[in-house]
Amino acid sequence: MRILSIALNTFRENLREKLLYNLLFFALLMIGSSILLSRITLGDYHRLILDLGLASINLFGVLIAIFVGIGLVSKEVDRKTIYTIVSKPIPRYEFLLGKYCGLVITLLANTVVMVAGLLIVLQVMDVPITSLVFKSLALILLELMVITAVAVLFSTFTSATLSAIFTLAVYVIGHLSGDLKEFARKLDDVSQMAVNAIYYTLPNLERFNLKGHVIHHLDFGMADMALTLAYGLTYAAFLLLLASVIFQRRDFQ
Amino acid sequence: MSMIVNSILKTEGLSKTFKVGFWGRSVTAVHGLDLDVHKGEVFGFLGPNGAGKTTTIKMLMGLIYPTSGQAWLFGRPIGDQESKARLGFLPESPYFYDYLTGLEFLQFYGHLFGLRGVALGKRIDELLELVGMSHARHLQLRKFSKGMLQRVGIAQALINDPELVVLDEPMSGLDPVGRKEIRDLILRLKESGKTIFFSSHILHDAEVLCDRVAIILKGRQVACGRVSELIDEGATHSVEVVVEGLGPEGLARLRQLADRVIVQGTQVLAVLPSSQHVGPVLEIIRGARATLVSLTPQKGSLEDLFIREVKNKQPELREAV
Repeated sequence: MRILSIALNTFRENLREKLLYNLLFFALLMIGSSILLSRITLGDYHRLILDLGLASINLFGVLIAIFVGIGLVSKEVDRKTIYTIVSKPIPRYEFLLGKYCGLVITLLANTVVMVAGLLIVLQVMDVPITSLVFKSLALILLELMVITAVAVLFSTFTSATLSAIFTLAVYVIGHLSGDLKEFARKLDDVSQMAVNAIYYTLPNLERFNLKGHVIHHLDFGMADMALTLAYGLTYAAFLLLLASVIFQRRDFQ
Repeated sequence: MSMIVNSILKTEGLSKTFKVGFWGRSVTAVHGLDLDVHKGEVFGFLGPNGAGKTTTIKMLMGLIYPTSGQAWLFGRPIGDQESKARLGFLPESPYFYDYLTGLEFLQFYGHLFGLRGVALGKRIDELLELVGMSHARHLQLRKFSKGMLQRVGIAQALINDPELVVLDEPMSGLDPVGRKEIRDLILRLKESGKTIFFSSHILHDAEVLCDRVAIILKGRQVACGRVSELIDEGATHSVEVVVEGLGPEGLARLRQLADRVIVQGTQVLAVLPSSQHVGPVLEIIRGARATLVSLTPQKGSLEDLFIREVKNKQPELREAV
């Protein structure tokens, strides 16, 4: 119940954040612009609308997750609002989970708005809406949950600026981790072990990317879906556990 | 056993050392603090800025961890969730969620204690009334003045009807009217049976409000006890004497005994360092056939005590004041 109270307060805080609306506006603008772009595209414009729409939802979701997520804890510490919370009978991990859930609710609400925009565009442009589109959207949301957990983890022990840089780096490397494994194969044993360690430590965010499947109508079964869900949720849970351990030991000076 | 029950807040050798700078230089902010706050009293935790008051309060509230020593709230080690439920805390210069209205703000803190519905609504009405903020219930905190923030901050500290209220510099930054309001509020809380522990560097406030005080300088406790006892203890009460028609010879003798002598027309005002000097001065007056107009003993103040402690007990700390 206390986690819910903190989550709803965080959601309310986010709703009063101007940055959120600016990002949402640009996301909808990009999704809508696919109508215009499709008119000047030769060949299959369905692909372009789906690709641009899903990419917009993904990109702007990640931007919100990072730029709101990094301030989630550090802002509370900087503004000293955390003093009145930690002195109440609330374990620190509950506070952290509440903040995390608040941002996930915000991301969910944003994604719903962006998805509504995409569905309208798909409907207007007569693009068939398959179950793969929804699977892809679900995995985008899962990716946002992992990114948010990364942002929260960094923001428990470093400044907002450094958290943003680190989280952005994890996002970029997370999408290139397939290349990292390929690269490791060409190295000597010791270097291979080091690069492989990085590969297995960082999240493999390409697992959450179904845009290729949607565009090329490739099958992504329920077993694959369940496995990916389990991977994403476990990864996010592990990050939050780590964040809680760090947060528990921290002095709020 | 009764001592344990009566002891609401207790510390033994509580210390905190911070690592500062690139090389992690150790700086001790609080050094071996022993405090014992009893049920129902107003306890003042006094010291100049940077003495370690806020650091101590942060340790007691579970915001930072002590380096050594122990502390208990309601007989339980600090950080215990059950004792936190019986506690109210107002931090120094509080920053709250400024996007919330007064009502939403108190609702949020009420929810953290599991309060809901009608019971919470009633409690919020009572508290807003108590701190004189009923008019601002629908106003966002960002539009509050410092005094209003302080009052709504006290309201959040009282939402759970705590037995112990900890206030960190509750009067700092307030105008005289605001300070008086907070003082009155503290006295009302005491009347309702709550224990109040507050830090301050404004000694007059503490003198008016506190049953007992502890004085801390550069992280070390230099005095602790009842305000009246501390003021009396070793204090050299001065005595003010006004004499009429004292001749030049008498004046010269008076100057030898008095700390300060002011001549105003035919009257002489002399400040004697202690009551022991009264006898010899009366002899001088009698000898000069002058008239004693008044003789007033001067009561010591917490400020005198404070300065004395700094000068006598901790010579190396003089620069702290």
